[in-house]
Amino acid sequence: MSLQLVLFIVFGTVSAVSSVLMITRRDIVVSALFLILNLASLAGLYLILNAQFIAVVQVIIYAGAIMVLFLFVIMLLRPENEKKFLEANPSIKIFAFIIGAVIFLQLAYLIFFSGPDNLNNASVAASVKAGTIEEIGKQLYTNYILPFEAAGFLLLAATIGALVLAKKKFE
Amino acid sequence: MSILEIILFTLGKVLVLLTLILLSVSYLVYFERRISAWIQNRLGPNRVGWQGVLQPFADIFKLLLKEDIVPDKANKKIHTLAPIIALFVAFSTYAVIPFGPTVTLFGYSVPLVVADINIGILYVLALSSIGVYAMTLAGWSSGSKYSLLGGIRSSAQMISYEVSMGFSVGGVLLLSQSLRPTEIVLAQSGWMWNAFIQPIGFITFLVASFAETNRLPFDLPEAEPELVGGFHTEYSSMKFAGFFLAEYANMIIASALIVTLYLGGWQLPLIDTFGLPSGIVITLQILGFVLKMGMLLFFFIWIRWTLPRFRYDQLMSLGWKVMFPLSLINLIWVAVLIMVFNI
Repeated sequence: MSLQLVLFIVFGTVSAVSSVLMITRRDIVVSALFLILNLASLAGLYLILNAQFIAVVQVIIYAGAIMVLFLFVIMLLRPENEKKFLEANPSIKIFAFIIGAVIFLQLAYLIFFSGPDNLNNASVAASVKAGTIEEIGKQLYTNYILPFEAAGFLLLAATIGALVLAKKKFE
Repeated sequence: MSILEIILFTLGKVLVLLTLILLSVSYLVYFERRISAWIQNRLGPNRVGWQGVLQPFADIFKLLLKEDIVPDKANKKIHTLAPIIALFVAFSTYAVIPFGPTVTLFGYSVPLVVADINIGILYVLALSSIGVYAMTLAGWSSGSKYSLLGGIRSSAQMISYEVSMGFSVGGVLLLSQSLRPTEIVLAQSGWMWNAFIQPIGFITFLVASFAETNRLPFDLPEAEPELVGGFHTEYSSMKFAGFFLAEYANMIIASALIVTLYLGGWQLPLIDTFGLPSGIVITLQILGFVLKMGMLLFFFIWIRWTLPRFRYDQLMSLGWKVMFPLSLINLIWVAVLIMVFNI
């Protein structure tokens, strides 16, 4: 067994098990912790695929920044109220099931029917080069400058919007 | 080198570093107590061994033998997990800090860094963003008001200062054109230290690292008069020691990072002009790295026993209204420097 395969089995198992544990736990904070573990193990999988920049950004943005805010909100709010809401509206579970099934089918279709053959052609050296931060930066600032700037503009607008909304409350 | 040899060499480096860090952490506590005593005109610990040099071992035995108390209302598993995260983050960050140049050992050329990776600086930032969980979870799982408030304070503080920290590092990356710590060190050869080229970035990074390590004047997560002990109020015995060790290990990593990013790393200016044999040069360079780190650590301790604590709103407005714009100005300054002088 190559080192890559061993690492793949380790990270793959951790991510699969943690995602199942995440949706089966009663305590919402414990669920959030398993989501963090899941995101971190996905970062490990990205590293095996030579996508070093994506891997480290996954940890910084998802496992770090976003999940800290999630935990923050969960701790400050009272999750018991959510349970009462669920008990009062049992039909919401059906909606959740339908949406989950649709997303699952979509992913299954993408994985099994949209031809992964064209992905395997890229040589290892090319994929190592494509995953480096230098190459991603070059692509972002040349070929993809317009979508990149548009995304930046959108995020700036959202930040200013959040600031305006938060300020209104205090005045 | 074959894979087995690489793994063996890496394990060797990890073992040596881990031992050194554990030793230096326990002695940093001793030095902090001695220096604080000296600043406040006291004696400090001087009974165990000559001038109290064995005090760290006495402290460790005391902490190990103490009873471990977990509150009834605590979530026991997460209560145990929190100090483990703190220690894991504190120790694994050392992996990317180069403490010397590449040396030739038994016929192999060995770089004096555990992992010389392409995304080294981002790795440090990623781990520090994971480190927030240690305090947040410790505060939440203890089932105590003071702990929860301390944990929430610490996460807000660390997230706020991570922003200016990231932007200050941006200036360094622009100059060195790489995220690899070894190349950042090489880019600062001679007197081209980043502390001189971009002093504003140096100051914002220094202040942000004080906030990230929860040291005074930013130690609000554990402000004693308001929060008893903050996030670690409900911790005792070795779990408390875990947080304690992690705080001092974080101080060492912060000074090592500052030396690497801004003070030329292990490089000593003008050392090549004396024509010394390479073995002595490398030893001097490693000693220089340790000396620079030691001076920064003394600075950390000195600040703690000199300045009072900030109020929480002052801390936040300093972070967002002073440090964040300053780090942006530094980024523009470095960009203009590169444009004008074509460095």
